[in-house]
Amino acid sequence: MPQSKQDKNIERSWPKEGVIRVPAWIYSDPDIYARELETFHYGDTWNYVGLDCEIEPGGYKRSWVGERPVLVTRTEDGEIHVMENRCAHRGAMLCWKNSGKAKDITCPYHHWAYNLGGDLMGLPFLRGAGGKGGMPRDFDKSKHGLTKLRVARRGGSIWATYSDDVPPLDDYLGPEILERLDRLVSRRPLRLVGYSRQIVDSNWKLYWENSRDPYHATLMHPFLSTFGILRTDGDYDSVPLQEGRHEYTFSRYNPELRNSTSEASRQIKSIRSDLEMRDKEVVNSVVDEFQDGMMGAFQVFPTILVQQYFNCLVIRHIILKGPGKHELTWTYFGYADDDEQVRELRLKQSNLVGPAGFVSLEDSEMLALMQPVVESRPDAEQVIEMGGHGTEAQSTMMTENLIRAFYDFYRREMGL
Amino acid sequence: MTVAQEDATIELCRSKLREFYEDFAHCLDTDRLEDFPDFFTEQARYRIIPRENYDAGLEHAPIYCAGRAMIHDRVVAIREAALYQPRSLRHFISGPRVLETLDDGSYRTMANFLIVESLLEVEPQILMVGQYFDEIERSGPMLRIRDRTCVYDNYRIRTTLVIPV
Repeated sequence: MPQSKQDKNIERSWPKEGVIRVPAWIYSDPDIYARELETFHYGDTWNYVGLDCEIEPGGYKRSWVGERPVLVTRTEDGEIHVMENRCAHRGAMLCWKNSGKAKDITCPYHHWAYNLGGDLMGLPFLRGAGGKGGMPRDFDKSKHGLTKLRVARRGGSIWATYSDDVPPLDDYLGPEILERLDRLVSRRPLRLVGYSRQIVDSNWKLYWENSRDPYHATLMHPFLSTFGILRTDGDYDSVPLQEGRHEYTFSRYNPELRNSTSEASRQIKSIRSDLEMRDKEVVNSVVDEFQDGMMGAFQVFPTILVQQYFNCLVIRHIILKGPGKHELTWTYFGYADDDEQVRELRLKQSNLVGPAGFVSLEDSEMLALMQPVVESRPDAEQVIEMGGHGTEAQSTMMTENLIRAFYDFYRREMGL
Repeated sequence: MTVAQEDATIELCRSKLREFYEDFAHCLDTDRLEDFPDFFTEQARYRIIPRENYDAGLEHAPIYCAGRAMIHDRVVAIREAALYQPRSLRHFISGPRVLETLDDGSYRTMANFLIVESLLEVEPQILMVGQYFDEIERSGPMLRIRDRTCVYDNYRIRTTLVIPV
């Protein structure tokens, strides 16, 4: 019998089969959602908050850690700070614009003023007016700064944490992620190309799983196989890291694949040999700027998916907006020394991924329709058996090993 | 398809511009996507960009087409590849203005747009609201767009953006 999502009688214990089953209540239960935020985003993790090219010295940008709005500031001497975008006085939102220049940060409500490091510098009528009112004599400004997060940087990327216990960022990321992150953000000064922001009516984990799911890629995104960008019979690695916390996938673009057929390609209904893009620059490696022929994506738990398609470089930042909603902020970037040709290629190839992306628009479409169905049967279980029952790395797209590895990690952290 | 026609020697008046915009909207509202590229010149730039990027001088646009070939490719991708739930779109274009006649006889124009999207099981919703900033030129008896920037005011795109604006 179907049960409502409010029904607390559903037993909150993981199916006995283990990670080859995922219980549907984890996608809607508000208590689970609250515990995820505490355990992950506000717990022992490093959260991506932005890129250094987004903030000028003496400026700020807004970002989010979990559901909480934060400010990423950069002082004139280049130091980066991350603090809650919440006045220490009464909790008002401090910065109302997404980015800007600022000498200091003044709350619009009662004009409490903070420096870019988050320290309370002053407040009006500290001593009252005409001998009346004012703060108590023992009010200590140094104890009423903004809530500051610890900050770490790697190349042009900026990370923040509430935790005092989380390992240093480099250890948290690990050598495989560092190699892939450095390749994109540490070798040359970055240039901000722009944002796409997208709101998706689904639990954040449905999106998290989706980008760990190479099985769906050539089936639900016909564009990929139709135009020969990615094929299930090409080389592909699906590699979980740190016992499921992070992951990367990796493929080598093979222009010859388009002209071949195989047993696998015959199973994909979408492969067409009669369709061609008129503008080939959108789907080809015109400028191989990394000289390694590599294409792929990686996830850094719990905030970002980093993806490269040819010269389109983009970070998807997953921002939680409640159990049934998440925002994706897509930050497209390039390099300060990009020439005209590469600048144009980045713009053209960004048609591939984003809210209108040729190979990504189906994801949000699918997940927004999936959420109410999942919520209608919290007692149901997902079947995660493609590629066997294991959580080890595999060299195929026909696997759900990365999802199993994620839930192996998730269960340990959440005590489920 | 119907494209507003007029004598090339006459200044573009607001009513003719309105007709042109309405023809454009009609093409999309009636799902005649195959005719869509014909509204543009061969070298046309077409982009849909959030106001956030536009105001900050950031170039990224979720849909960016450099040339009619890319506009055509977008249509083919929608028709032959993209998977999306059934929808009806209605464009409401208001306040068309001819801002300037350029030296080569083409025009800088603008208008507001509002697009209402109807999906199954939910009430119609505003998909997007914003402004067109255009450069339009005469091509024989026809008007064609050589540059269209659709600046959307929405902070976020709701779920997906499939059909051009």
